[in-house]
Amino acid sequence: MKQVFKRPESLRDVSFHFCPGCHHGIIHRLVAEAIDRLRIRTKIIGIASVGCSVFLYDYFDTDVCEAPHGRAPAVATGVKRVHKDRIVFTFQGDGDLAAIGTSEIIHAANRGENITVIFVNNTVYGMTGGQMAPTTMLGQHTTTTPRGRSFLGDGYPLKVSELLATLEGCSFVARVAVNNPANVRKARKMILKAFETQVNNMGFSFVEVLSACPTNWKMTPLDALKRVDNELIPYFPLKIFREKTMPGTQ
Amino acid sequence: MGRIQIDIERCKGCGLCVTACQKELINIGDRINSHGYHAAQIHNEAECVGCANCAEMCPDVAIEVWR
Amino acid sequence: MNDSKKRLINGNEVIAAAAIDAGCRYYFGYPITPQSEIPEYLSLHLPEVGGTFLQAESEIASINMVLGASAAGARTMTSSSGPGISLKQEGLSYMAADELPALIVNISRTGPGLGGIAASQGDYFQATKGGGHGDYRVIVLAPSSVQEMYDLTIKGFDLADTYRTPVMILADSVLGQMKESVVMGARKKSTPTKKDWALTGCEGRSPNIIKSLYLDGDKSSEHNRKLFEKYQRIQKNEVICELKRCKDADLILIAFGSAARIAKTSIETAREKGIKVGMLRPISLFPFPNQQVKDISKNIKDILVVEQNTGQMVEDVLISVSENARVTFYGKPSGNVLEAEEILCQIEKCMNKVGT
Repeated sequence: MKQVFKRPESLRDVSFHFCPGCHHGIIHRLVAEAIDRLRIRTKIIGIASVGCSVFLYDYFDTDVCEAPHGRAPAVATGVKRVHKDRIVFTFQGDGDLAAIGTSEIIHAANRGENITVIFVNNTVYGMTGGQMAPTTMLGQHTTTTPRGRSFLGDGYPLKVSELLATLEGCSFVARVAVNNPANVRKARKMILKAFETQVNNMGFSFVEVLSACPTNWKMTPLDALKRVDNELIPYFPLKIFREKTMPGTQ
Repeated sequence: MGRIQIDIERCKGCGLCVTACQKELINIGDRINSHGYHAAQIHNEAECVGCANCAEMCPDVAIEVWR
Repeated sequence: MNDSKKRLINGNEVIAAAAIDAGCRYYFGYPITPQSEIPEYLSLHLPEVGGTFLQAESEIASINMVLGASAAGARTMTSSSGPGISLKQEGLSYMAADELPALIVNISRTGPGLGGIAASQGDYFQATKGGGHGDYRVIVLAPSSVQEMYDLTIKGFDLADTYRTPVMILADSVLGQMKESVVMGARKKSTPTKKDWALTGCEGRSPNIIKSLYLDGDKSSEHNRKLFEKYQRIQKNEVICELKRCKDADLILIAFGSAARIAKTSIETAREKGIKVGMLRPISLFPFPNQQVKDISKNIKDILVVEQNTGQMVEDVLISVSENARVTFYGKPSGNVLEAEEILCQIEKCMNKVGT
């Protein structure tokens, strides 16, 4: 028998601090697998954001810069403009990217910065204890929508992939989920494709990953998997929204 | 013909591997690790085909697979 | 870079030219009056030397691009005015904590709020007392001529690299918009600072991490202490201050930036009238010349502080002066430029009290 599955080299052999059943661990692993597969570990400069994934630098065996809340695409722009041949990625949650960071993500995408953005959408603010996120579903109870999110007053959940896909600067925009093995394997392909886009200087790549937050959804990890299927995927469809083979101009 | 190894200390007993296994070979056992979690365990190793579904779903990278 | 040339040039543009001469190749900024000439000049000239100019979507985005470029090991800068500098404060706090070098230029305008574009020194507190959250300082240099706008920009980049800290040039709309003759390019070639902490991809070394999160109490304390000790070294070694005609003075006028420039005329006129007044001009606002102020006020008890605001630098003077010093403050609020005549009037008022 030969080993067919083990920890990727780019992922440090330490325990994750994430809650049981949180999908951050799966997503971190998929990113590390892509880094291993493309043999770019020593070229990677990761940009950590603020949220449950703030400890990115503890997990990826690469150079990492911490960014203020929402600003990772701007920090990534600064790094990539200096080091055009390094691979720069951001790893952001729904508060970081879709609330405070909307300006930075739209403009980095619009400029076609040759970076990769991994966007973890779990419809809630995890790190700070379960408040409403821009992606919180209508009717969802959070600590700041105790009566359920209502359109009047709170608006509809933001569909970030759809928004970004309208921008000419985006080369690759996809949404995936990791709530079952088949979806994990598809997510692996999309995340790899996103990094390949950057390695081939083809411009801005973005993967939105639907994720579970059992703690703040007040569900078991297994029920949380079902919520992704039953509630999230119907509203946030899984597909490639934009794919362009135009070479980058950076 | 397959084999898995679960790192008991890394396991948080979330159960994602249990539901991922098509052949229902994994369950959350009685063994508690040093962090207080009931760790997952494979209760019927002989039936394992090494599909790695469990490992794909494990958020703690606690499972290694051979085939 | 060694052949010097003389140019008639505007204050904002000379900062941009100085940045290029200092080896800065990355500018990230956003238009705001009265400093838009800086990004405009750099948008034209930075690409000519292989540099990168990026007009960002906001002042917030641009300070974060500066953070990234600095973390990547480059000489980089941004520029703005009061409201934009307010937006950059979080970024500055992060950069101070991360120990990242960069130059930040504030061509201040009237405030608070949207304010206006006229003369003001109302950003002194913001610049020298943090501005952003947490226990940190940035080095602040205050030019008072277009030549100093050039010289201090270059010095600012060097200090930033030496101490791994953000440096701010605090000027104002008067200095930014005026044109004077400047000698440029006469600096000695300096060896670029080695930056083995920078993020370049971890080939051949273990990964570098740039972060400021310290959840553990001991680690946070250790980090803050490290920063404090750095600021103490800066205080000890980097004070810049000009003393003019102080030896025989009965009154010392303390002013910075454009206020000092205008006050120089008042002092000359006063001297012609036989009034023995001298000037202490802080050029570094952090580190503030506390010792120099203390020393001068040991023997010369009467101090007149003049500012284009309602009282900011005067607080630093008050905590620095010797016992029994008599400090008078004359502050002209943001708006109309200080005039030499009104400062002369204040000098004369102070002189009537001298010896009483």
